[in-house]
Amino acid sequence: MATQTMTMAKALNEGLRAAMEKNKKVLIMGEDVGKLGGVFRITDGLQKDFGEDRVIDAPLAESAIVGTAVGLAIRGYRTVCEIQFDGFVYPAFDQIVSQVAKLRKRSDGVYTMGLVIRIPFQGGIGAIEHHSESPEAYFAHTAGLRVVSCSTPNDAYWMIQQSIEHDDPIIFCEPKSRYWEKGEVNLDQPPNGLFDAVVRREGTDVTVVGYGSTVKTALRAADTAAQEGLSLEVIDARSLAPLDLETMAASLTKTGRLVVVQEAPHTASVGSEIVAALSERCFYSLRAPGVRVSGYHVPYPPTRIEEDYRPSVDRVLDAVDRVMGFDS
Amino acid sequence: MIDEELVQLLTPEGERVSHPEYASTLSGEEILSFYRDMVIIRRLCNESTSLQRQGQLALWAPVQGQEAAQIGAGRALAPMDFTFPTYREHGIAWCRGVPPEDMLRLFRAVSNGGWDPQKYRHSVPTIVLGNQALHAVGYAMGVQRDGAEEAVLTFFGDGASSQGDVLESFVWAASFNAPIVFFCQNNQWGISTPMSTQSKIPLYHRAHGFGFPGVRVDGNDVLAVYEVTKRALESAREGGGPTLIEAYTYRLGAHTTSDDPTRYRIDAEVEVWKHRDPIERVKSLLVREFKIKTSVFDDLAAEAEALALKLRDDVLAMDRPDPRSMFEHAYAAPHPLIDEGLRDMVELGVGGGAH
Repeated sequence: MATQTMTMAKALNEGLRAAMEKNKKVLIMGEDVGKLGGVFRITDGLQKDFGEDRVIDAPLAESAIVGTAVGLAIRGYRTVCEIQFDGFVYPAFDQIVSQVAKLRKRSDGVYTMGLVIRIPFQGGIGAIEHHSESPEAYFAHTAGLRVVSCSTPNDAYWMIQQSIEHDDPIIFCEPKSRYWEKGEVNLDQPPNGLFDAVVRREGTDVTVVGYGSTVKTALRAADTAAQEGLSLEVIDARSLAPLDLETMAASLTKTGRLVVVQEAPHTASVGSEIVAALSERCFYSLRAPGVRVSGYHVPYPPTRIEEDYRPSVDRVLDAVDRVMGFDS
Repeated sequence: MIDEELVQLLTPEGERVSHPEYASTLSGEEILSFYRDMVIIRRLCNESTSLQRQGQLALWAPVQGQEAAQIGAGRALAPMDFTFPTYREHGIAWCRGVPPEDMLRLFRAVSNGGWDPQKYRHSVPTIVLGNQALHAVGYAMGVQRDGAEEAVLTFFGDGASSQGDVLESFVWAASFNAPIVFFCQNNQWGISTPMSTQSKIPLYHRAHGFGFPGVRVDGNDVLAVYEVTKRALESAREGGGPTLIEAYTYRLGAHTTSDDPTRYRIDAEVEVWKHRDPIERVKSLLVREFKIKTSVFDDLAAEAEALALKLRDDVLAMDRPDPRSMFEHAYAAPHPLIDEGLRDMVELGVGGGAH
């Protein structure tokens, strides 16, 4: 088994490279993705190796990055669009929701919207405004799209390749605060299907579901809880739309208690959907209502105070205490 | 009112005029076939308006007055070219071979599309203004990467010319020298919004600001539209990059059957444009120069009439789709919410039953 230790940023880069080597129709398009290699260097070196026709430095217009990728998809290309930061995806929202999501339907299955929209999302890097948002729910809500998020280098390497190969359009959310964290990548085979949730740590008392950056937060909370004699089962949702409810329900049936951790605010969020869907499925197993730990319902704060906004280990543990407190 | 730089080869009276850069290359036979297309499209359009008035269509977007713009552009296409329409390009769809009944599936509200866009090389109708211009540029970038000698023709109106997507598509087409022709039918009105609100300069002038040529053509002159579009498409295929064509025309009817143009425009204006009718001037030319007999026109009218009646029959035969069909083609691959929705619908007995 060939394994290599690398950062998530490098794993994404290697995954993109592998996809481009495998299929000549795979293109990359985005702002500064060529010579610069992207502001996070995810596409570093790819233009040099694959040329300007395949790694396309785009004019600065997000709607056009996605809109032209739609046209390229109609022509049979598979474009990986890089949106520079989460807060800049909104100019492309119209194309994503009205066109990317609907064109297969509108063409009665003739058009394959084979494109991936990569969005560095969530906060935690001390950036300025519009660089730390969690827009995943907008896309998860939209029929026709699929939304995934990686939390480890191994998943990053494989999920980006699986997304590119998939025939439905994928919103690929990358937790930018984890870009520089290292992990082992198995270069031989993917760990899971693209839409599978994964149990990252087994436990018996509370099921804690996270995705992207919050998986690690949940794992750290589980370490701390273990010292207090509490056993948390941590699930990485990985796919936000569709949700792998089977994996989550299997855990919740065992623990009876659910905490969901996300950086996005509560209202109409992916976390809300997880709580609602699992409450329906697991009602008779529940020992407490599902609890969401989220960002507050405010615009993303100035980042000097962002750690008071993002779900912390303490806030996760507080939620764990709350769901444990329902036992008489 | 009409710009002096307007390319015109046939006056409203049906007289040929010369232009320093463009000359008509069409034979009498070809002009007659263009005339036939325009007559048929107008007749089918009127039938569709009637069908809507009789409650058989949810909506109709009339093309009346713009037949020359569409037939001229549509007939200039080579078979392998690809077109990206709005919701009003019935004349283009006709030229691409889309069966008329398929054009009405959207308006009958039995489909969100209506035809196989790859088969006819004519993309699906696009209702969100300007979105398709970007698809067209992306497709053209694909053509470029394939090294194919094909051009892309995309459509929008004076209203959509204010949309960011259209302007972004200009930037991209110019930057990548994409093999594309932007065909703007300036029909003077975006529902009730007049041209003067959309632009302070002639729309075709905008192209120069983006770095590619713009041409204004008399959109009611099928001979001129054909020549201007043909040349622009050839230039695109040969690596000459994008062209913006502004077809200066007029929407004689309403924006859609939900619209009431008497609330915002005066009859006198409509009368001026009726005088510039795109079909009558070709008929005059055909009679005078090519001695086409009345019986030929009568035959064409009868053919259009028969097609209209067939269209009516076809539309009336379009039944309510099986409700389960809403779950088809939403995704390419299996999806749990599709399975769940379909299961719920069938269990409740509303799917596929008698209705």
